[in-house]
Amino acid sequence: MNRCYFDHVATNPLRPEVLDAMMPYFKENFGNPLSVYDLGMNARDAIEHAREQVAGLINGKPASIVFTSSGAEANNFAIRGIAFAMQNKGKHVIVSKVEHHSVLNSARVLEKNGFVVTYLPVDKNGVVDPDTAKKAISNETILISVTHASSEIGSIEPIRELAQIARERGILIHADGVATTGNIPVDVKELDIDLYSMAAHQFYGPKGAGALYIRQGIRISPLIYGGIQEGGRRAGTENVPAIVGMGKAAEIAASELPQRMEHCLKLRDAMIHGVLKVPHVFLTGHPANRLPHHASFVVEYIEGEAMILMLSVKGVLSASGSACSSRALKSSPVLLSLGITSALAQGSIVFSLGMDNSMEDIIYFLEEFPQVIKKLRDMSPFAGGWDAGGNEQDSEKPGSPGYADGDKCYTGG
Amino acid sequence: MSIAYSLAFMKFVHGVKADITADIVYMMCPMHLLKLEEMIKGLDHGQVLEILTDYDGALEDIPQWCERTGNEFLGLDEDEDFYRFYIKKAIEKG
Repeated sequence: MNRCYFDHVATNPLRPEVLDAMMPYFKENFGNPLSVYDLGMNARDAIEHAREQVAGLINGKPASIVFTSSGAEANNFAIRGIAFAMQNKGKHVIVSKVEHHSVLNSARVLEKNGFVVTYLPVDKNGVVDPDTAKKAISNETILISVTHASSEIGSIEPIRELAQIARERGILIHADGVATTGNIPVDVKELDIDLYSMAAHQFYGPKGAGALYIRQGIRISPLIYGGIQEGGRRAGTENVPAIVGMGKAAEIAASELPQRMEHCLKLRDAMIHGVLKVPHVFLTGHPANRLPHHASFVVEYIEGEAMILMLSVKGVLSASGSACSSRALKSSPVLLSLGITSALAQGSIVFSLGMDNSMEDIIYFLEEFPQVIKKLRDMSPFAGGWDAGGNEQDSEKPGSPGYADGDKCYTGG
Repeated sequence: MSIAYSLAFMKFVHGVKADITADIVYMMCPMHLLKLEEMIKGLDHGQVLEILTDYDGALEDIPQWCERTGNEFLGLDEDEDFYRFYIKKAIEKG
């Protein structure tokens, strides 16, 4: 049986070169980077080298990179850290409705602490309209946070335009770049962004390492108090091996990015083309301006979880929405925000590709997936339409006007 | 003792012109001393360093540090939610 790992937005396998770079820091170079003797200085030098490598991947200055334990921590740090530091200036924060839980839940914490949060709507492709963002700004607004690309629907957001708007109004802008860093070119100078979150395991680095880019000169309140690690901005003895791994993975990503994108794009387009031949299956997210390794769908009349389980038996590993929504078995708020009904959102499935996938994997998958859908639909009480026991005519009324059969939400070749 | 010590050095000033500023607001202790040491090294004799910090311990630490190192503590100014400390380099470069 083939094994097709199509869940690269959940995590990526560690590159062997990355593990090799990390190993000495688990073993002989175990020193604490704050220690003044050689062993400590070696560890400190390794962290500073990794800082340069990560900065290089996003064209930032090394001093503007703060290492964290994860992308989620970076998002929390950015939102809560800026809100706390700037609360004397205003107490209004803007986020989009297609954010990761680490952004949405941070925003909710702010609301409980007297801040006002605007949740920007998105169009049916999951894209924020910069004009809507502009209208949401008030004199109290201190921060706009929009994901660079949602890992659930893959759409790439107009960060550059949003940053321009923020700049004109003297507001800070943060982008969650967990899904994008190492997968598409990211240039913080060109994007003109103030804060940018990253996670190493999204680009073949280790888990347990993330980073927040903070444009120099910006004040941010720490999330974790303690010592002077990370320039006094993030306390706790550094996870030296993971940071070294993140640096190495960033260096490899920077040099391999064009090949990675080309490889994944070819497979992704073949996958989308094949999957959309199955009736009552729709692409979610933007049809063209999306992550090159990302294909997400909603399949009518069946549940995502059931598809995932049956596919996993066939060796195809995928996800339904974000990992946390999937485990909580609830309709994804991201999909609901696109105007997809709760019933249709249940049929969400996300495939994300990587360098370890081949065209053979896609061909195998395209043979298996329609059979899985058919088998599940044969069992589904909704197979004839959303009204239980309904007839074929009912199936002409899809869950959302934007997702009618004629509109496959896909214009690519 | 320490309160009396810091009060003895407490000197409020306004409109001091600094040659260089280090903004370490929200950064953890003892960043105020490390930054102070790092920044003062790069200054010439007679130049003034401004340090912005919200750390209360600096009220005591910075005047003490100046006394210990032979640099001149010009005083401090209060801003909205942080302090501005002014230190004049009184020793030769290096």
